[in-house]
Amino acid sequence: MIHAALGAILSHWRRHPLQLAMLVTGLAVATALWSGVQAINAEARAAYDRAAGVLGQDRLDRLVGSDGTDLTIEGFARLRRAGWAVSPVLEGQLDGGLRILGIEPLTLPRGAAMAGAPGLASGDLTGFLVGEVVFAAPETLARPEVAATLAGLMARPAPDLPPMTVLADIGLAARLSGQPEAVTALILDPNRPAPGPVPAGLILKPAAPDDGIARLTDSFHLNLTAFAVLAFAVGIFIVHSAIGLAFEQRRGVMRTLRALGLSARMLGALVLVELLVLALIGGSIGIGLGYLLAAALLPDVAATLGGLYGAAVPGVLELRAAWVVAGIGMAVAGTLLAAGQGLWQVWQLPPLAIARPQAWAGAGAATRRLQVLAGLALWAGAALALTSGTGLWAGFAVLTGLLLGAALLLPTLLSAGLFLGARWSRGVVAHWFWADTRHQLPGLSLALMALLLAVSANVGVGTMVASFRATFTGWLDQRLASELYLTAESPSQAAEIRGWLLPRVDAVLPILSVEVPLGGPSNSQPGEVFGVADHATYRDKWPLLAGVPGVWDAIARGDGVLINEQMSLRQGLGLGDMVALPGGALPVAGVYSDYGNPAPQAMLGLSTFERRFPGKAALRFALRLPPDEVAAMAKALTKRFDLGEGALVDQAAVKAFSLRVFERTFAVTAALNTLTLGVAGIAMLASLLTLASLRLPQLAPVWAMGLTQRRLAGLDLVRTLVLAMGTALLALPLGLALAWVLLAVVNVEAFGWRLPMQVFPADWLRLLLAALVAALVAGVFPALRLMQRQPADLLRIFANER
Amino acid sequence: MILAVTEVSKSYASAEGRVPVLSGVSLSLQAGQSLALTGESGSGKSTLLHLIAGLDAMDAGEIMLAGVSISGLQDAGRAALRRDKIGLVFQQFNLIPSLDVGANLAFQARLAGRHDAAWAAHLAEALGLGGLLRRWPDQLSGGQQQRVAIGRALAARPALILADEPTGNLDEATGDTVLGLMLGLVAEAGTSLLMVTHSQRLAARLDRQLHLSSGRVAP
Repeated sequence: MIHAALGAILSHWRRHPLQLAMLVTGLAVATALWSGVQAINAEARAAYDRAAGVLGQDRLDRLVGSDGTDLTIEGFARLRRAGWAVSPVLEGQLDGGLRILGIEPLTLPRGAAMAGAPGLASGDLTGFLVGEVVFAAPETLARPEVAATLAGLMARPAPDLPPMTVLADIGLAARLSGQPEAVTALILDPNRPAPGPVPAGLILKPAAPDDGIARLTDSFHLNLTAFAVLAFAVGIFIVHSAIGLAFEQRRGVMRTLRALGLSARMLGALVLVELLVLALIGGSIGIGLGYLLAAALLPDVAATLGGLYGAAVPGVLELRAAWVVAGIGMAVAGTLLAAGQGLWQVWQLPPLAIARPQAWAGAGAATRRLQVLAGLALWAGAALALTSGTGLWAGFAVLTGLLLGAALLLPTLLSAGLFLGARWSRGVVAHWFWADTRHQLPGLSLALMALLLAVSANVGVGTMVASFRATFTGWLDQRLASELYLTAESPSQAAEIRGWLLPRVDAVLPILSVEVPLGGPSNSQPGEVFGVADHATYRDKWPLLAGVPGVWDAIARGDGVLINEQMSLRQGLGLGDMVALPGGALPVAGVYSDYGNPAPQAMLGLSTFERRFPGKAALRFALRLPPDEVAAMAKALTKRFDLGEGALVDQAAVKAFSLRVFERTFAVTAALNTLTLGVAGIAMLASLLTLASLRLPQLAPVWAMGLTQRRLAGLDLVRTLVLAMGTALLALPLGLALAWVLLAVVNVEAFGWRLPMQVFPADWLRLLLAALVAALVAGVFPALRLMQRQPADLLRIFANER
Repeated sequence: MILAVTEVSKSYASAEGRVPVLSGVSLSLQAGQSLALTGESGSGKSTLLHLIAGLDAMDAGEIMLAGVSISGLQDAGRAALRRDKIGLVFQQFNLIPSLDVGANLAFQARLAGRHDAAWAAHLAEALGLGGLLRRWPDQLSGGQQQRVAIGRALAARPALILADEPTGNLDEATGDTVLGLMLGLVAEAGTSLLMVTHSQRLAARLDRQLHLSSGRVAP
């Protein structure tokens, strides 16, 4: 019995292969976009874990120099003798962008996760200490420039180490990185109490509750996940559309099966099995596509995370069980969600239920009223989250309420427009066209909602990125006002170069900086303090967002400090508020924009900086000179002082690099945007194909009364374009609202800076055209099918028994 | 003569080869005359009606409608002929669900460019639809829907009304009423009527009767 009943149910798909293809396509693209993004997230998070595991980064308390300077081995030995259970760590750079991490294995706390170094975890140190051994991830060792850098050393593979990181004994690390006797930090053994207060000259940097990089990048991954959810929702629209029709078309068969003795419970179970099988097929295809998508996007994501947050993520994707299982799970959950209503009806199906496939495409007035109420409620929720909510999740709650509310209101808004079109139309065909389009709206509304979400996301994110780009470019012009930037190798070379330069350029502006924790005791974050000269370069150009009267005079006198916007927003510091700094607190004299930097930053006058951080010598300089002399000056400097690669950077190169980082930052978002629009196009195609057969009873009489199939097909295509255009036009204000929320709420929470919103009508025009092209592509095939239909298909509508 | 059907044949392809539906059927209809086409299921009545309306193409023979040979027309020409010369009434009513009753009534007349508001109003009153013009098709009973379909077919004062089982979906009393209304208005408009029906009783109310059997005109 089960076999026969299942055969009868499944036979539907043999008769409707296109419907089956649409269903599987919907599931596959939904799963692909979701699992692709999850694969990227999983890869990045694994990289953070590897980094954290090796560094023990912020997971253990550590002692660092209070003025930001390095510690020494001698200081370490002194502390050990005083009973402090500390272990030294040295961080440095090697050639080829390789990062070296030096540890002292004998004193390393047992609790430190050193997964990257084989043997350490188990206490076997022999492999680590014998000879000049370094450890690195296999993909790092495979790079030719790394092999050259590590030539002569015993390089051993350690798969759990992050990319471009080498682990070595601290002595070897000190020698290789040219930092003899230096110590970056002293890790405290969490199992042994401190013997006394923190000695002078040191500060205790407490363990962070979670990994620093992961925390910083959370917002980036949350953004990606939000896009994935959006794309998944758009895909599920397709699934819902295909499953809904299949249920209605099979009600006759199901009624017969019930009449022939199949229980409702058994029928429901068989349909559930069918759905699960379809979900597994579609989900598996989606996982494959998602893997390809993730592999294509991962290099850009890796570059983004590297450029924006300094997080090292490998550009190669691994097939991880977690996201494969999660992807299949999402496919099953999405299928059940999309089929929930139909499945419920099967369970409740009375044996004498009547099949009304047309009713599936329609929505009653009561349903429409409910949709409007739900849409308004969602908008009210969004307004509430905007006014009362805090944090990134509140921002996403605003976005969700705004988008879903608009989607639910869309059919009613379009219906009103079409009603006006019908009222104002002249000519019977035009009147019928508008009225019929309005009549088709319920059947197409899911696809149109998908298009609305896709276009508004494109407008919103596009506006955000374009605003960002415009602001960022202007900001770079202000921030990188000097024509040439120079880094000397040593204080003595710096002094020599400076002396040589002074008569030859307009100004030599020293740039001093030190890394120190910034903020109060409860919200301290690793940050940087800069010392800058009192010069017109800063007074005229620096991108100040707010400042006290005579701000630059106050800075020059040492009566205030400038802080970046993210520090101001995150720590709630306004003009006049006191900022704790080594050497004493200073009031905030100004706030400046500092895009692309997630960390807090402060600026002092040069003399103030030198007083507070006396050990720091200026190695970096900004040079002011006429732009047409930059090339000659760079050449002369290189020749005169035998400067290495990277010692001189001209303004144009820095700007180009910064813009490149910026563009890659949003490459992934742009790719997801395009894919979402593509999925919306598929959703439209699915709905139009589904409706094509249901529409025949409405088209056949018009054909019989004298409109040719060609004209009807043309009108059908125009109808698709009109609906797409209407939806895209409504998506514009929605997208702008979305952009505002992204810029004013989400970005502030995620990155700590707020950008002025700018509008770009030319981009809208391009997007409208893209939406129309998507609709045109989706509409052409069904229109062609209508045009080429045999008259017999249309005549069947008039047959007395159908 | 408004309609002349001469030796028309039509067959359909099937798994077993071509199945003949009509074989050498001939008939004629004078202007203002009504003809009932009767026959059992599958005798080819509806197919003949579809061929006359230019909704389908014949294999052989000729159909002259208002002096125009249908077989010589392309799709656009056949569509124009339906628009201008023919009114169609189907058993399933086939109203346009997106238009209200008033717009449905006027639809074909406006399509043909011959909308006469006074005549449409008269039809609506005569068919008992005067109070229903702002309603939607799905808000009407079967009898009301068929009256709208009849009004729609007559609104353009076509040369020929083709009606395929127009009362087949209605109960006997309603069917009698609807047919009475249709015959009265057809006569008033001076239109010819070709009606397909199973019912000999209804067929007897028309001027002439023709019986089809297995695709041929019964002697």
